[in-house]
Amino acid sequence: MRVKVYITPRRGVLDPQGRAIEASLKSLGFNDVGPVRMGKYIELEVAAASPAQASAEVRRMCEQLLANTVIEDYRFEVEDA
Amino acid sequence: MKWGVVSFPGSLDDRDTLYALRDVLEQDAELLWHKERDLKNADCVVLPGGFSYGDYLRCGAMARFSPIMESVVSFARRGGLVLGICNGFQILCEARLLPGALTRNRSLSFICERVTVRVENTHTPFTRAAAPHELLRLPIKHGEGLYVASEDELRRIEDRGQVLVRYVDSSGRATEAANPNGSMHSIAGVANESFNVFGLMPHPEHAVEPMLGGEGGLKIFRSIIQSFA
Repeated sequence: MRVKVYITPRRGVLDPQGRAIEASLKSLGFNDVGPVRMGKYIELEVAAASPAQASAEVRRMCEQLLANTVIEDYRFEVEDA
Repeated sequence: MKWGVVSFPGSLDDRDTLYALRDVLEQDAELLWHKERDLKNADCVVLPGGFSYGDYLRCGAMARFSPIMESVVSFARRGGLVLGICNGFQILCEARLLPGALTRNRSLSFICERVTVRVENTHTPFTRAAAPHELLRLPIKHGEGLYVASEDELRRIEDRGQVLVRYVDSSGRATEAANPNGSMHSIAGVANESFNVFGLMPHPEHAVEPMLGGEGGLKIFRSIIQSFA
């Protein structure tokens, strides 16, 4: 099963990259742009009997390695193809 | 006492740390390879600076799972002294041996300069040789040294005196201008709750001789040596 994992800085955690992107967008004239948060996107394949089993597995991956939950939030989508 | 300095793939300062310990401080020190589990009877384990495992995913995220780290974690849980410098600090946070995390510098730039830190708590094995509020000049060289923790965590570590060094100006004030990377509360280094694990972004091993631009780093190493005297 294909899994898409999105990792973003936690609310309240300083995100200097997001801020720099926001400033650059504004300097390009995109004045309506709101707060920008920059994170990571990870795609992976996992062999699992069901989407539920894949989800449980990916959750453990996120907690143990993919995200640092002190500073990052994660969410993911399992594509049952 | 005996020292162990861990070499990860991508460690840069393992040899400099050995030099500081062996040549300058005349200590018994040995390198510990990341794939091994034997700490070789070290009384203090140093995780050096560098870019372990290429800093992939997050700084320190991969090194945390190397075989030697299993031994370092159980050594720390038994009360063994562990010092993490720069990348070593990041690894200790990733391994949850220290509170908080380190993220991109506020400026987004890699910083290589000399800073002043103030010793905030001298009742620890890592700082006992320093005078209360002593100022140390130490080099920093990092891209991800902004210390972050939740408000609750910050309050806890401040109350317990776990912040051992803080970035300050030359007169000892923790101003925003003297905070090189935007760290919360100007934190340059923290210890764990039982004060046997300490991580800091500045490099004491690069400040051990006048020829290197200062000897501020000796205070940290001498504190540890005194703890075993």
